[in-house]
Amino acid sequence: MAPNTLILGIGNVLWADEGFGVRCIERLAETWAFDDNVKLLDGGTQGLYLLPFLEDAEILVVFDAVDYGLAPGTMKVVEGDEVPAFMGAKKMSLHQTGFQDVIATAQLMEQCPPTLLLIGCQPVELEDYGGGLRDAVAAQIDPAIEIALKRLADWGITARPGKAAAADLADASIMRDAYENGRPSEEQACRTGDDRFFPTEV
Amino acid sequence: MTLTPNGFDLDNTGRRIVVDPVTRIEGHMRCEVNVDEQGVIRNAVSTGTMWRGLEVILKGRDPRDAWAFTERICGVCTGTHALTSVRAVEDALGIMIPDNANSIRNIMQLNLEIHDHVVHFYHLHALDWVNPINALKADPKATSELQQSVSPSHPMSSPGYFRDVQNRLKKFVESGQLGLFKNGYWDNPAYKLPPEADLMATTHYLEALDLQKEIVKVHTIFGGKNPHPNWLVGGVPCPINMDGVGSVGAINMERLNLVSSIIDKCHEFNKNVYLPDVVAIGGFYKNWLYGGGLSSKACLAYGDIPENPNDFSPEQLHLPRGAIINGNLDEVHEVDPRDPEQVQEFVDHSWYTYGEPGKGLHPWDGITEPNYELGPNAKGTRTNILELDEAAKYSWIKAPRWRGHAMETGPLARYIVGYSKGHEEISDQVNRLLRTMDLPVDALFSTLGRTAARALESEYCGRLQRYFFDKLVTNIKNGDSTTANVEKWDPKTWPKEAKGVGMTEAPRGALGHWIKIKDGRIENYQCVVPTTWNGSPRDTKGNIGAFEASLMNTPMERPDEPVEILRTLHSFDPCLACSTHVMSPDGDELTQVKVR
Repeated sequence: MAPNTLILGIGNVLWADEGFGVRCIERLAETWAFDDNVKLLDGGTQGLYLLPFLEDAEILVVFDAVDYGLAPGTMKVVEGDEVPAFMGAKKMSLHQTGFQDVIATAQLMEQCPPTLLLIGCQPVELEDYGGGLRDAVAAQIDPAIEIALKRLADWGITARPGKAAAADLADASIMRDAYENGRPSEEQACRTGDDRFFPTEV
Repeated sequence: MTLTPNGFDLDNTGRRIVVDPVTRIEGHMRCEVNVDEQGVIRNAVSTGTMWRGLEVILKGRDPRDAWAFTERICGVCTGTHALTSVRAVEDALGIMIPDNANSIRNIMQLNLEIHDHVVHFYHLHALDWVNPINALKADPKATSELQQSVSPSHPMSSPGYFRDVQNRLKKFVESGQLGLFKNGYWDNPAYKLPPEADLMATTHYLEALDLQKEIVKVHTIFGGKNPHPNWLVGGVPCPINMDGVGSVGAINMERLNLVSSIIDKCHEFNKNVYLPDVVAIGGFYKNWLYGGGLSSKACLAYGDIPENPNDFSPEQLHLPRGAIINGNLDEVHEVDPRDPEQVQEFVDHSWYTYGEPGKGLHPWDGITEPNYELGPNAKGTRTNILELDEAAKYSWIKAPRWRGHAMETGPLARYIVGYSKGHEEISDQVNRLLRTMDLPVDALFSTLGRTAARALESEYCGRLQRYFFDKLVTNIKNGDSTTANVEKWDPKTWPKEAKGVGMTEAPRGALGHWIKIKDGRIENYQCVVPTTWNGSPRDTKGNIGAFEASLMNTPMERPDEPVEILRTLHSFDPCLACSTHVMSPDGDELTQVKVR
């Protein structure tokens, strides 16, 4: 039987390139269709809420913005045992009960999917609340999907051109186009201040 | 020494201890305290990331979409923000929701309340009281006896069961992937439980994980999807079709039966596991009644869970509304979020400016203009602060005040307001708990009281959930399957300008959204979130905030191991709107503790 597969995008769409993972899932759903054993999920910044989805999966593919100290826009692919080690290695910035805890908890429960693939992208900009993806990161969406599909094909999971079941994706108002095009102008709503928390030396 | 107007003696001459970041919370928070020669906290300073005003994102957008954005603010209050948002829009536009929508919203809000409380206690807060490493030393047979004595009706209590869990835990710890349990101060004498109680509680940590996976299914059923359920201005987005079978989205009897069984499971867990654990664990900490802070002086609750749709008058709310000030529990004041004199935010000690000192602004008129400057006594640099100067500006959190008073919000505040008002269910629960634990009413004003109030509330919310479930089913059986009112869906039916407010009791406290609508679009949107109240810095008059007050006069076993600080701060279930979510490979996430 074809293995149950969860393709998950995580991150906060409100913080510029932090939305990379969620936007990958959105694009994937718009362009590819899968059999019923594959589930696409917009995980947002949810922690333990995601646990039930992991429990059902044998293959887990995660798209996320990762800080690996690489040049902005660089992709980083991590597989297998390295994924939990990688995710457990360091805080996800300020998010404390994040996805590394979900993986650790799934392991403690002995319910972690045996096959793991993480496809990450080094962000250009995070400190732009309300902003969208920067060009260098947006340009990696299609390559990221290509990597995922190739690896999935190795595992016997095939995609067809088409549209995936999108019931679990974001509300239309917060999909990438609506979100980015509907952003209030700088004159309308002050955008400064995102560097307020990490001020530059004077 | 300085005496604050809200009654705390501050002395910042002792050793300064910096905890940054405070872990196991959402968002970034830092805390500094001064301890005297005996290791007792004599001054406390809490600081956090700002609440990023949603106006920067929502201005000019469709008010009917605001909930979808507020749902993305952070990872734990999703549904509560969405509910508060649709209530604000409905209030502004005078939209009346149908009875079924009220029941379903209540069931979802109560569900989130229970989920959050259970997860908070077992997965974020228990480790402040429970030592999972010590559990490895427990005798499974003695643990079984303990389990049967504290909760005779809990079926999972055999020695073999506890032995299995202990082995699993051993394997997990020995594999070096301590993961969830790393960074603990496991040999600190502040941990008081015998190994058997540690094993019992750690076992329930696992049982709670299983339960929470069930609880979230309710959101999928009524919200259409998870983890980001759908919401709708005017009602709820799920149609009711009782004769439908397996159809996507619509509520039918099969789905309602599933909800009903989950409500039962939660009730059993609250009754047989959560409450008995709080009593059992609390019993070992009865002499540790620190951390009360503002709870005996000033509490604020907006109230929630309306009996009938669109009626938020205080006597119609199952979770109580009211304000207590000056420690006078005999008088509970009514709270009006529209009154410009009541809820105001001050920025004298926050990194913002209003142009003139001492000024407070109501959220409808709120402005967010940054002004980052460190006080003359701060140590370090602008990018690497070693020590804050609390006499100047020192936090990104604004200081909200109710009629000028610093307030505590959250489960304990709700329970103190309810108890003071003579709320029947709440008073019964509190009296019974105090009797069982042989503690006086004053014991409520403590870290333990905050933790206990959350457990009591989880149990009460479970009963309310059953009540609204039955109400929903009865109403449907009587032929009413309406779930939304779309009369005013079209913006052409709206006034040119409108403003409204939505209030809820989020798991961690009073939450308000204030909206202004102009020409069918959002003109201004402000949120005042619970952790802004609790994590507030000092105000113009020098009143300290709830986190700060709660740390005062607490003795620390080992000042360089902040177990007591974490225990008390965690008891608030703090959530500083999480900002980013990026993974990086270098180094461990260790709480940095500096003693100076």
